[in-house]
Amino acid sequence: MDLNFTDAEEAFRAEARAWLEANVPHGLPSGDTREGFDLHVEWEKKLFDARWSVVSWPEEYGGRGATLWEWLIFEEEYYRAGAPQRVTQNGIFLLAPTIFEFGTDAQKSRFLPAMAAADDLWCQGWSEPDAGSDLAGIKSRAVRDDAAGGWRISGQKTWTTRGAFCNWLFGLFRTDPEAERHKGMTYLMVPLDADGVTVRGVGRLDGDEGFAEVFFDDVFVADDLVLGEVDQGWGVAMATTSSERGLTLRSPGRFCAAADRLVDLWKRRSALAASGDPAAVAAGDPALREDVAQSWIDAEAYRLATLADVTGIVEGRPQGARSSLTKIFWSELDVRLHETALALLGPSAELVDDSPSAVDGGAWMKGYQFSLSGPIYAGTNEIQRNVVAERVLGLPRK
Amino acid sequence: MRFAFTDDQLLFRDAVADLLAKECPPDVVRGAWDDETGRRPELWAALAEMGVVGLTVPEAHGGFGLSELDLLPILTETGRFAFPGPLLETTAVAAPLLAENASADIAQRWLPGIASGEVVATVALAGQPFVPDAQLAHVLIAQRDDRLVAVATDRLRLTPETSVDGARRLSRADWDVADEALIIDGEPGWRAANRAFDRGAVAASAQLLGLAEHLLAVTVEYVAARKQFGVPIGTFQAVKHHLADCELKLSFARPLVARAAYSLAHDLPTIERDTSAAKAMASDAAAFVARQALQCHGAIAYTVEYDVHMWLKRIWALTAAWGDAAWHRRRVAHLLLDD
Repeated sequence: MDLNFTDAEEAFRAEARAWLEANVPHGLPSGDTREGFDLHVEWEKKLFDARWSVVSWPEEYGGRGATLWEWLIFEEEYYRAGAPQRVTQNGIFLLAPTIFEFGTDAQKSRFLPAMAAADDLWCQGWSEPDAGSDLAGIKSRAVRDDAAGGWRISGQKTWTTRGAFCNWLFGLFRTDPEAERHKGMTYLMVPLDADGVTVRGVGRLDGDEGFAEVFFDDVFVADDLVLGEVDQGWGVAMATTSSERGLTLRSPGRFCAAADRLVDLWKRRSALAASGDPAAVAAGDPALREDVAQSWIDAEAYRLATLADVTGIVEGRPQGARSSLTKIFWSELDVRLHETALALLGPSAELVDDSPSAVDGGAWMKGYQFSLSGPIYAGTNEIQRNVVAERVLGLPRK
Repeated sequence: MRFAFTDDQLLFRDAVADLLAKECPPDVVRGAWDDETGRRPELWAALAEMGVVGLTVPEAHGGFGLSELDLLPILTETGRFAFPGPLLETTAVAAPLLAENASADIAQRWLPGIASGEVVATVALAGQPFVPDAQLAHVLIAQRDDRLVAVATDRLRLTPETSVDGARRLSRADWDVADEALIIDGEPGWRAANRAFDRGAVAASAQLLGLAEHLLAVTVEYVAARKQFGVPIGTFQAVKHHLADCELKLSFARPLVARAAYSLAHDLPTIERDTSAAKAMASDAAAFVARQALQCHGAIAYTVEYDVHMWLKRIWALTAAWGDAAWHRRRVAHLLLDD
């Protein structure tokens, strides 16, 4: 066991830290709003220009060929610097690994650099009105058009994060309606400016506009936009969802940074309470002190578990179904971190946005609402617990 | 960066697990509840023969001179088999304490015997008033404020205490000051005592993981076989979710425990924080697994004829010993928040 990074890795960290400190924007509006999205894209273009947008990718696609350890270091520094969550994450963290694994050379050179540069902006089209975590229940269809050399798709996707602002969508479409549930689906990449696409924004619990419903009315998708084999989309999609639950999307940097902010919040509230401010009295509650400590312990546990997972991946022991454990843990950790912060805030907890007395601009309530989506998306935690029981512990399915 | 045990560490662990599977089946644990000393000396001798008991004793005194990291997977196995005996006290706490702090005379008096398995040591630190296995130990390492002393156990006056775990033989120990051999005192005495406490807490965490992993494994087996309403109860989502949560809690306690052993082995400044994070999480995880294992077994686990209760009770004992979860969370809170 060796928990030290090499000199080269530390040099990589120092370079990343210096660049981020000099360049990270602060106080951007949410990337899930129209005006915020554009500012976030501008920030991510800057990241790309300095070659920090996709550090682990090969240089030919705009990356640095960084190792998994260096990637982890970069993520840690990214969140430590207070940089915002990536609005390009669906493409970079979910679609890209799938293109690397299943894409043709032509697809790689067409899509990867444009994605890294934040020129193509991707959203994912998994959920449908009658199929959320039951992904195999999707109904949107793609019908063969031999004459045109492609597919004509019809149907509806929903809960599409940032769908209203993106120009590309990837998702599953049923190409063989006669096949069994998990078969007969094809993974397609769909330009959202194509004829027959209608995107309608849907307001979210946390007040942002980022959700969208996407309607497809006889939309043409050429053959070169099929990722992987026709009718084999389930297997392709499973590779993607495993990235989503696993470590690529939820690097520990984000939760460690949030735990550090919680510790800082406790100290500020405690100082206020000591000065006699009755609004901060919650900071003196010993149970809350323990909650703050436990949140910090949980974030540390998540960081260390990730180090163990990365060690395993580097040594050829992939996570497999254990990625479901990761997903349950980080999503529930995120909720607990915010619940603890709200408890510390007492009566101030309900204040949001530019309310004059809001603490940290109301970020904790906003973050709390956002955290509540974690146990729902990427397969609900109930589904993940079934996966753990059946595929990690080996309990009978039926 | 490599956050995993080495192949050698895992091979040694597997060898110990094989021995325990053979020599420490549940009826031996049950025997430890019933017979007079509560122990099988030949099992201790077999572990000593393998080098387990003397693992942390320096090579100069006949041991292997290995670290907390080497010992950790073995402690987890002794937990998994609910091994009865003071390996934690002797090997995880007393031996390194003597090796680091004792004079040549005291070290020579006890350490070679520990390495060979002829000497059993136990400890009584501040906050750890109930001494395990003092009735069969040869030496007690005890803390009195800033003083750490060694007392031959034939000079002790023992008052038996009864643990919920019948295989844990506890006493309170008293002695005449004249019978003490001073190991270390003053400021270094406090430091040595704190380090010993952290070693005990991390070792208890490792054993809790093994105990809980065993309980989870037998529960998974049970719910896959046990039928109600015409199907295995393991097909019910409520049962699945209980057991998935057990695996969840164990999966995120394990790396903290390994990290704490690493901090001890490398003498890092974060030892106290890492130890307390580990013990808080391991205690909570094990207590949760115990609770769910009992629930998912139903009434059979409520009987003493069935083996599960012995693991439950060891978990309840070790979650209380070496600082309970709340104590350790308060220590983490203090280290994080008060500066």
